[in-house]
Amino acid sequence: MTTRIFGSGIRRREDPRLITGQAGYTDDIKLQGMSFAAIKRSPHAHARVRSVDTSAARSAPGVLAVFTGADTDGVLNPIPCAWVVPESDVKAVAHPALAKDVVRYVGDGVAVVVAESRYQAEDALDLINVDYEPLPAVVNPEAALQAGAPQLHEDAPNNQAFHWVAAGGDTDSAFASAEVTVRDTIIQQKLIPNTIEPRSAVATWLTATGDLTLWSSSQNPHICRFVTSLVTGVPEHKIRVIAPEVGGGFGSKTPIYADEMIAVFCSMRLGRPVKWTETRSENYQATLHGRDHVEYVELAATREGKITGIRTQVYAAMGAYLSTAATGIPTILHGLMYSNTYDIPNLKSDVYGVFTTTTPVDLYRGAGRPEAIFLVERLVNLLADELGLDPVEVRRRNLIPKFEDGHDVAMGITYDSGDYELTLDTALNHVNYQQLREEQAHLREHNQYMGIGVTCYCEICGIGPSQVAGAVGFGGGLWEAAIIRFTPTGKASVYVGTSPHGQGEETTFAQILSDEIGVPVDDVDVIHGDTDNTPMGWGTYGSRTTVIGGAAVALAARKIRDKGKVLAAHLLEAAEADIEYEDGKFFVRGSPDQSKTIQDIALMANVAWNMPEGMEPGLEANAFYDTPNFTFPFGAHVAVVMVDPDNGHITLQRYVAVDDCGPQINPMIVEGQVQGGVVQGAGQALWEGAVYDDNGQLLTGSMLDYALPRAHLVPDIETLSTVTPSPHNPLGVKGIGETGTIASTITIYNAVLDALKPLGVTHLDMPLTAEKVWKAIHQRG
Amino acid sequence: MYAAEFEYQKASSVAEAVQMLGQSPGAKLLAGGHSLLPMLKMRLTTPPALIDIGGISELHGITVTDDTVRIGALTTHHEIATSQDVQNSCMVAAEAAEGIGDPQVRNRGTIGGNVVHCDPASDWPTVLTALKARFVIQGPRGLTHGATRTVDAGEFFKGLFETDLKENEVLTAIEIPRLGHHQLAEYAKMAHPASFYAVVGAAVVITVENDRCTAASIAVGGMVPNPVLATSVANALVGQQLNAESIQSATDHMAGDLSGNLLGDFYASADYRKAMAAVETKHALNHAIGLAHH
Repeated sequence: MTTRIFGSGIRRREDPRLITGQAGYTDDIKLQGMSFAAIKRSPHAHARVRSVDTSAARSAPGVLAVFTGADTDGVLNPIPCAWVVPESDVKAVAHPALAKDVVRYVGDGVAVVVAESRYQAEDALDLINVDYEPLPAVVNPEAALQAGAPQLHEDAPNNQAFHWVAAGGDTDSAFASAEVTVRDTIIQQKLIPNTIEPRSAVATWLTATGDLTLWSSSQNPHICRFVTSLVTGVPEHKIRVIAPEVGGGFGSKTPIYADEMIAVFCSMRLGRPVKWTETRSENYQATLHGRDHVEYVELAATREGKITGIRTQVYAAMGAYLSTAATGIPTILHGLMYSNTYDIPNLKSDVYGVFTTTTPVDLYRGAGRPEAIFLVERLVNLLADELGLDPVEVRRRNLIPKFEDGHDVAMGITYDSGDYELTLDTALNHVNYQQLREEQAHLREHNQYMGIGVTCYCEICGIGPSQVAGAVGFGGGLWEAAIIRFTPTGKASVYVGTSPHGQGEETTFAQILSDEIGVPVDDVDVIHGDTDNTPMGWGTYGSRTTVIGGAAVALAARKIRDKGKVLAAHLLEAAEADIEYEDGKFFVRGSPDQSKTIQDIALMANVAWNMPEGMEPGLEANAFYDTPNFTFPFGAHVAVVMVDPDNGHITLQRYVAVDDCGPQINPMIVEGQVQGGVVQGAGQALWEGAVYDDNGQLLTGSMLDYALPRAHLVPDIETLSTVTPSPHNPLGVKGIGETGTIASTITIYNAVLDALKPLGVTHLDMPLTAEKVWKAIHQRG
Repeated sequence: MYAAEFEYQKASSVAEAVQMLGQSPGAKLLAGGHSLLPMLKMRLTTPPALIDIGGISELHGITVTDDTVRIGALTTHHEIATSQDVQNSCMVAAEAAEGIGDPQVRNRGTIGGNVVHCDPASDWPTVLTALKARFVIQGPRGLTHGATRTVDAGEFFKGLFETDLKENEVLTAIEIPRLGHHQLAEYAKMAHPASFYAVVGAAVVITVENDRCTAASIAVGGMVPNPVLATSVANALVGQQLNAESIQSATDHMAGDLSGNLLGDFYASADYRKAMAAVETKHALNHAIGLAHH
């Protein structure tokens, strides 16, 4: 048996070009006749637009055109919301590409300038005179739902975007008969995704042919093409969308935004290529934000610490409009996950989606699941405190026992496989939990405050079966496709419909193919991101690319193998039934020297000199894969923090992540995903948060004020894993792109609150800034 | 993030820069650009001209005499942090430089550009105030009278983004008195997690002879428009044996030294910063006498 390439931590083939600056991003595209767009954005959170005077801008140097909402109205269809969760009265309010009558958040576009240079476009923006009548703003989703709150949309009374309730069991009875209940109010603060590359689009419309090409910094070029067709009316087959190198997304490049459609509109009007790239300040205002919930959460339990129910009342901000996937996040991706890793019979999630005069909220790494796991794990700790039990012990008393092929939870979904206790034990043994607790007690005697947070999590990803997508109101399918094409010299090109942008699937997909048919990994090229040469697919988000897209690659590879077997039998003059395959070789059973390599097969199939009767020439296969279920990766994380009572400063001392994503195709990439995810979640716990004033002005408008995690503030994250295969996909793999973010925010939060426990602090709002911690310590009497 | 149009000029000497300033009202000097360029890009300032002084060699470098460390205005934070001369004669300045921003900022940002910007959250004004630095300024009069003027830190830093530097003047150097054998100095700051600017910074220079503090210079910044000398805290230290108790008791006087206009924002309120001024001063003093380590 040779060493399997599947499971090998080979280096990412993406990295050399990324590290040396040879990668080409959308903004690097240079076309003959390029013009440059800049968008005039509202400085008000909410205002009526009385008039827009563009006359001075039109005559400014280099300006080719200025368009307003009056120009795009009726030409561009409204930007659609693609996820309309059923039975929840979703108000799919109109979202015009350029606001015409009312602006609803700081950053809402009102006009666009196209000029010969970006500088000229920016200069002309200053010459556009918009007459606004300011209207009152509302930034808190709970407040926005109250009577008398400023109204954003006529067809959404009380700013209610939707109301969704999901329940399993009977929570009312569970709470009525509960021996113990604990509750908390959790503010899932608004977060600003920070991709290294801001959003960018280059649109070029050929008037002669009616062909539109759109380069877009997108996580899902095929969806982008689909929606671009809906918005612009250009037939889908006349649109080519290319996502070249994409410098990070974290979900923020999943939606179809107004800005890209405006670039298309400008190119169609001018007959010239138009480039639009957002500035970082624009990125903070006009690219989606994440989280933003106000949650009232409650847990019922017995005195022995057995959890009998969880119920919530959630106010989830949608921002000013419904972004592409917005309604699915606080509902399907959040409310259905309240079981976490526990056997909880009664669950209820009651969620209001609410319009606020802020940047629209949509998918941000974890999307719904960090919020769900946070509230469950916070409540479990509060229960432990209430009962005087160790928080680990309470978890143990409620864990779902190990299962290998399906476990139904109260919310009506079926987990695929899990061994939660194993990950918990692995984590606790690794940190020597008992010793940590002793150290903590010792330090407390010297007025030093160490805190320990322990989290069990499981999450729903590998999104997901298309049938479920349809049933839950997602406006598309969720399958994936791959095409494998062999050249005469035995090299393979793999064309996929997913669109990785940093997750390393150019490497892992090559490893899958190499593993399936023995072609050296360096002989495999993975092509993605261009709708003209890749099969239809639904994109990269929801930790689905390796699970669904990788499965499609494996299935296509197996078709190549099947054809190879038939051809090998013919060439070796043996019966097909006598041909065996191993490590890239087809051989006659019992006579391994009578063999054909995959390279031999590729050559013979391509030259087609000697094919079996009826076999088509060429060596090429495609496969579509739709999954029967989501995957449910899980794990246990531990954080250790120190809190300085003098100034409230928190030091993240240690972080241990034990994750189970099934068999790992490339452990180095898995570790990278976990490391990055953990740090991103730490950001929410400790540093990040979009802050608005009462007028809806974004106070954290730049990186000077919005605190991202920095390397020196984070310890070396210790990663471990266990392997519990998913029973239902061809590779047994589960998604790992979001687990770190899902688990780490609450792990660190619980650790800080654990440190503050002897000081009587039981609640703090995130981010846990030094001042909040200090005040909590010093205001307790 | 796209600056408005401006004229670019390059000066080859201080005298020429001064002359250019006189000829282009409203022009700004461009050194490392780390304060100016963000303001240009956000169009918070739209000067008609930028005068690039980056190539003027006389503004560059560090020289040490018997009693002074002279740092040219164009010297970068990184050069100061890594200068053997600065480390030997005024370690606290090297350490403060090392704590500024990130490597990119330290590699391009200059001490002169930093102090003339006089950002209340900057580290240098606080440190240089405690060190009783002097600021060497050359103006148009220098062309005929052949003279520069020298201003003490206390007079140089006048207010929020305001220094004693006049239009048409160029800051050429900063002179820091060398620390004596009996002097200890430290700078402690609470850095903003986003910008690393000082939410609160405290610089202490103390003289310890025969086991007692005989002199103290303490400046705090970050929460005040320009650095404030904490004279009550300093006075409370003088004559004391320095230990955890005497330091705690002295820093309790901080509130009295901060009676003026205090800055606060959504990240850290003025009240909190006021309390932290005492805490950071305590940290700095404890570090200085070896009671705590970095």
